[in-house]
Amino acid sequence: MTDGMALLGPALGLSAILFSLGVAGVLLRRNVIVLFVCIELMLNAVNLTFVALAQLHGASGQVMVFFVMTVAAAEAAVGLAIILAIFRHKQSVDLQNINLLRG
Amino acid sequence: MIASQWVWLAVAFPLAGFLVNGALALRRAPATTAVSIVGPGVLLAAFAVSLGIFFGLLRDPPHQPHMVPLWSWMPVGSLDVTLAFQVDQLSTVMLLVVTGVGSLIHLFSVGYMREDPGYARYFAYLNLFVVFMLVLVLGSNLPTLFIGWEGVGLCSYLLIGFWFSEKANADAGKKAFIMNRIGDFGVLAAMFLLWRELGTLEFADIAARAPAGLAPGGAIVTLITLFLFLGCTGKSAQIPLYTWLPDAMAGPTPVSALIHAATMVTAGVYLVARTNVLFAMAPLSSALVAGVGAVTALFAATIALRQYDIKKVLAYSTVSQLGYMFLGVGSAAFAGGIFHLVTHAFFKALLFLGAGSVIHAMHHAYHATHSHEDAQDMRNMGGLRQHMPVTFWLMTIATLAIAGIPPFSGFFSKDEILASAFARGAEMPVYYVFYAFGLAAALLTAFYMARLIAMTFLGDNRSGAEERRHLYEAPWIMTGPLLVLGILSVIGGVINLPVFAGGHHALEGWLEPVTAAGAAFARVELPHGSTELALVGGAVLVGAVGLLLGYRATLTRKTPPAREAPADTGLALVLNRKYYVDEIYDAAVVRPLVWLSRVVLWKGVDQGLIDGAAVNGSARVSRGFGWLGSRLQTGQVGVYVVFFLVGALWILRAMIR
Amino acid sequence: MTEAVFYVFAACAVATASMCVLSRSAMSAVLWLTATMLSLAALYVLLGAEFVAAIQVLVYAGAVMVLFLFVVMLLNLGHPTTDMRGPAAMAATVVIAGLLAIQLFALWSYSPDRLAAEIAQAPEFSDPASLFAAGQATRDDAVARGVVGAVAAPLFEVYLVPFEITSILLLTAIVGAVVLAKRKI
Repeated sequence: MTDGMALLGPALGLSAILFSLGVAGVLLRRNVIVLFVCIELMLNAVNLTFVALAQLHGASGQVMVFFVMTVAAAEAAVGLAIILAIFRHKQSVDLQNINLLRG
Repeated sequence: MIASQWVWLAVAFPLAGFLVNGALALRRAPATTAVSIVGPGVLLAAFAVSLGIFFGLLRDPPHQPHMVPLWSWMPVGSLDVTLAFQVDQLSTVMLLVVTGVGSLIHLFSVGYMREDPGYARYFAYLNLFVVFMLVLVLGSNLPTLFIGWEGVGLCSYLLIGFWFSEKANADAGKKAFIMNRIGDFGVLAAMFLLWRELGTLEFADIAARAPAGLAPGGAIVTLITLFLFLGCTGKSAQIPLYTWLPDAMAGPTPVSALIHAATMVTAGVYLVARTNVLFAMAPLSSALVAGVGAVTALFAATIALRQYDIKKVLAYSTVSQLGYMFLGVGSAAFAGGIFHLVTHAFFKALLFLGAGSVIHAMHHAYHATHSHEDAQDMRNMGGLRQHMPVTFWLMTIATLAIAGIPPFSGFFSKDEILASAFARGAEMPVYYVFYAFGLAAALLTAFYMARLIAMTFLGDNRSGAEERRHLYEAPWIMTGPLLVLGILSVIGGVINLPVFAGGHHALEGWLEPVTAAGAAFARVELPHGSTELALVGGAVLVGAVGLLLGYRATLTRKTPPAREAPADTGLALVLNRKYYVDEIYDAAVVRPLVWLSRVVLWKGVDQGLIDGAAVNGSARVSRGFGWLGSRLQTGQVGVYVVFFLVGALWILRAMIR
Repeated sequence: MTEAVFYVFAACAVATASMCVLSRSAMSAVLWLTATMLSLAALYVLLGAEFVAAIQVLVYAGAVMVLFLFVVMLLNLGHPTTDMRGPAAMAATVVIAGLLAIQLFALWSYSPDRLAAEIAQAPEFSDPASLFAAGQATRDDAVARGVVGAVAAPLFEVYLVPFEITSILLLTAIVGAVVLAKRKI
């Protein structure tokens, strides 16, 4: 058992804190770009759990981190493009001005 | 035996006639000649088949009915209803009556209906009626009988409302149809009960299993027979469901003769005779059948006393005579009931066709002078004897027959029924009352028939001087059938001549295999010797007195024409308005039902509850939920995130513990 | 020693993440997040995932964050007033994030021993070394073939098909981004 293995619990706890911070950010902020930043934060928190548990379960966890990163990159690219399109349309990135889904 | 296998031909011929005439009715151009040949032709062919079957049976009388299964109709579990015909003594008698009398009436119709625009349609309906009537009398089980039972009801409805452009006629058709529905419920209920108790609906099996499977005089068999009799009161116009039959006279007169006098209305009598074992096992029901028959016979006869419409008189006479038949079958004289059914078919068909001939002549006379008088009102007739002698003499024969004057056919059949009722009185004294009712009805029957003849044919003519010159005897195509029926009315009694008249109750012996099952439980021993002669003498006396009284009462008083007649008063008015039974039914049943349907069921239940609460209500509720849901859709991402997270928390709570 | 370093970088990550969430401008939020990612990269090293740490720095902190910065600058938002929500949203945030943190905090107490005990109640599995043989194998592999080899083997053997599918995903994302961002196609 390496030193890293003893860090399993703290690493999981840290990921919990970071995830909660990301959630808080999503709830708190209205700026769409910041919202995206917070989502990236949550993804990173999840990545941390993957890496931490990879110590026990082998390289699969680390491979999963690659996939998460890929998806995150794709999501960021498309999401930011959408933000650009919306901004061109509304001249704003404030969520309060974006309510196209209103029923 | 071989001939019986061809019985389906008797049904197939009229069916083919219906199809051909029905097709011709759809054509624009009238095909009068073709219809005139096809319509009566198929009936004559069916009659020929019936004769062949009859002679086949006569040569070799079977103890078991010949079964002619056509196809399996309802094979459901242990219930396997076969569409099958059965040829035995009873159904052969009915077969001969239906096709024989039917043929004559079809021939008469050629003359009577020739100028009607709906000529082809008329014969199509009439042929279809014969099809269903034959299915009724030939069916070897209750469901097959029920096809015919419903089918003749349908044809009756179609033919009563034949001239449907007048609302009264269409209403009369509806009335007949709806009143018959009440009776049909009884037949269905009886079928269900029989199936539950005996596990069969075949007549032969019922006769075989009923003695062991049902307790004689028990509640079950009484209930079954009461339900059956409810059906009979509807179809055969007995109290309390008789009111449709007088209204049914709205149809063409030959229809009244065929359906509402000779054949369809006797289906109830046939049903009782067919299920005689059940009725014999239920003395209570039998007494009720006899009682209702006797009361109806008397009740209808009193109404007939004060009717002016010639067909209405005959209609109430039919109700009364049907009551006689039920008195007979209710007294366990099943053969007697069938006997009267046959003779009644002869003389009542003759009376109706004679009336049709009179109406035909009156109608033409009024038509020639463009008068709008009522061609059916007897007060407008009188003295027709000079103008239509053939009709007069034939109707007189029928009158003597129905009044029970020997040696005409009605005498023998009526006498046998009264004697049976009297004989049953030894066991159940209430039958003496029924006998007295029957005798009183016989008096009244003779009275109103004499009145009819006197008002129509005797005395001075009241139709008007101009019209008088246009009154002619009907053509041979109409008088020919009348003549045949007249002969049958005279000699019809020979089929069941009693011992004192030199006979040996031929029809009774002929029907013995059918009625044997019932005779095991209830056998009527006809009185012999002096009692018999006294009964016969009494009946003849009553008939003769009735005729004389009716003749005198009508001719000694001057009858004014309908347009000048003073309004009836007192008892005469009550009789003329038929004891106000229609009005009572209207107030007691129809109006409450209409009110219930309209106010409660339509406005209340349908519009209020179903439309308002259920249909529109559910729509409103879902719209309300939709509105609530749409409030959640704010378009604000933050709100969505909150919902999402609350859900996520919820799931997480369940996973982490 | 390792633990001390871990806690330092963990504190760093929490602090920078908090700043990221709370900072007023989008630009600084992005920069703070970059700092968080770098801290995480350090933690990855401590947790024995050196290759992932390198990728984290290169791809995440490098490429993705640069993309964010580009967009922020492209929109040229100037000096915005705060985009924090009102007190009601603040309260909801505290409640929800707090509950979430409480629930997730249960993870803190997990150690390999406890995991092993929970996964297999049977006593013979209570030795984490025997139960989590895969982790040990990876570590041995890393010693034998280097850390890249240890990750590459499962990536290109076990997860080959998902790996190829991600390429399609990325292609789709590129096309989508181009279509969305272009004014006229």
